Amino acid sequence: MKIDVIELLDNMSVELQNNINAAARENTVFVGVHTGGVWIARHLHNRLANPSPVGELNIAFYRDDFSRIGLHPTVEPSKLPFDVNNRHLILVDDILYTGRTVRAAMNEIFDYGRPSSITLVVLVERGGRELPIKADIVGTRLNLAASEHVKLFGPDHLRLELCEAKT
Amino acid sequence: MNQQLDEQNRLKHFLTVEGLSRTLLTEVLDTAERFSPVGERAVKNVPLLRGKTVVNLFFEPSTRTRTTFELAAKRLSADIINLNIAASATSKGESLTDTLRTLEAMQCDMFVVRHQNSGAAAFIANQVAPHISVINAGDGRYQHPTQAMLDMFTIRRVKRHFDGLVVAIVGDITHSRVARSEIQALSTLGVAEVRVVGPKTLIPNRIEALGAQVFTDIETGIAGADVVIMLRLQQERMNSPLLPSAQEYFQSYGLTEQRLKLADKDAIVMHPGPINRGIEIDSAVADGPQSVILHQVVHGIAVRMAVMSLVIGVHAAGTN
Repeated sequence: MKIDVIELLDNMSVELQNNINAAARENTVFVGVHTGGVWIARHLHNRLANPSPVGELNIAFYRDDFSRIGLHPTVEPSKLPFDVNNRHLILVDDILYTGRTVRAAMNEIFDYGRPSSITLVVLVERGGRELPIKADIVGTRLNLAASEHVKLFGPDHLRLELCEAKT
Repeated sequence: MNQQLDEQNRLKHFLTVEGLSRTLLTEVLDTAERFSPVGERAVKNVPLLRGKTVVNLFFEPSTRTRTTFELAAKRLSADIINLNIAASATSKGESLTDTLRTLEAMQCDMFVVRHQNSGAAAFIANQVAPHISVINAGDGRYQHPTQAMLDMFTIRRVKRHFDGLVVAIVGDITHSRVARSEIQALSTLGVAEVRVVGPKTLIPNRIEALGAQVFTDIETGIAGADVVIMLRLQQERMNSPLLPSAQEYFQSYGLTEQRLKLADKDAIVMHPGPINRGIEIDSAVADGPQSVILHQVVHGIAVRMAVMSLVIGVHAAGTN
């Protein structure tokens, strides 16, 4: 599969800037979901010349599958180096699939404070939503079978790769 | 097979540092790092253990250990019960096994146990139903594994890594479960040298077998040390035949500012608490710039959150 991630990011940043202007949101701040979401957030943050630091969420403690699979091994802790209260957040993830990651991310954000708004930006939206969650800005939409998975590789030379899941 | 590990070598209880690999100990430390920021947020809670019931089963008195376990459980959104043993049916003669059965019947998921007998935590882990996790909060003179881990976490935070470190543990080693756990943890994590320092009457025979070098002179013992861990001199020892007196102990083994200068200039001073000011440690040192004693207390919360999540997570995964 040949998808030009950089081209997607260019289109997304234009769309995002228009979205922010249309809603007249001031002082926005980017929050990426580890790991791919953080890479995308940083790219968009740079393109939009956003002056605030980029927040990072490790949603391991908010997942809904702890009682099934135990503690998810991840490395980085969450870092939101700003006050979430009354801020307009741009929440960024790489792949929107079931919607559970975004649900967990929002729950975690609300434990830091009450944002004025959250705008969801994703690089790839694939079918298979299991929760009523929708992205505001989408890089590309892919129609994949349940056994197919798409993954973002990076952080240098960002690229998307399709793979079959092991059954 | 180590009783506290499952078939995939994951922690299902946390009873002792002994027999645990460097990888596993490092995993505990790394997990604690991820829990560390939680205490600084507006909502100091993550939902990981929501709906779980943790019982603090303390047969010996405790302030900091019990409170930090309680805080750790609450920060994981668990329900916590503090069993006050003195006021419980134990004083009416109820056996330990009956107490456990009663608590199991109330659908508790985890026991945090402190007991005066060495091996008590392992004994309890053998008795409880398979879905229940046991964490050792100190048993007799044997182990205090979470204290060792929070001390390792503190050392790693300041010193960044364990290689090349010289660590001196000073005090009543014989009666210290903290010392035992720490000597093993330090060795496993690969420090350069572990020293035990104290009067000969308070250092067990053949402690070298655990990987520690013995010093009976504090000045040579802490010379050049990167980390100095002071142990509390217990009341019972002060007037026993093992020591002349508390005052003489301070003269010979107390950590004063003068003595601290013999350690590395960037040495940190640690103490599991509670401290006896003027007996094992001078107030000026305990409250001084090289002391990380209060940091240890805060780190205890993140480390205990990590241990509790890891063992409950394994039980969760195992039931499916």
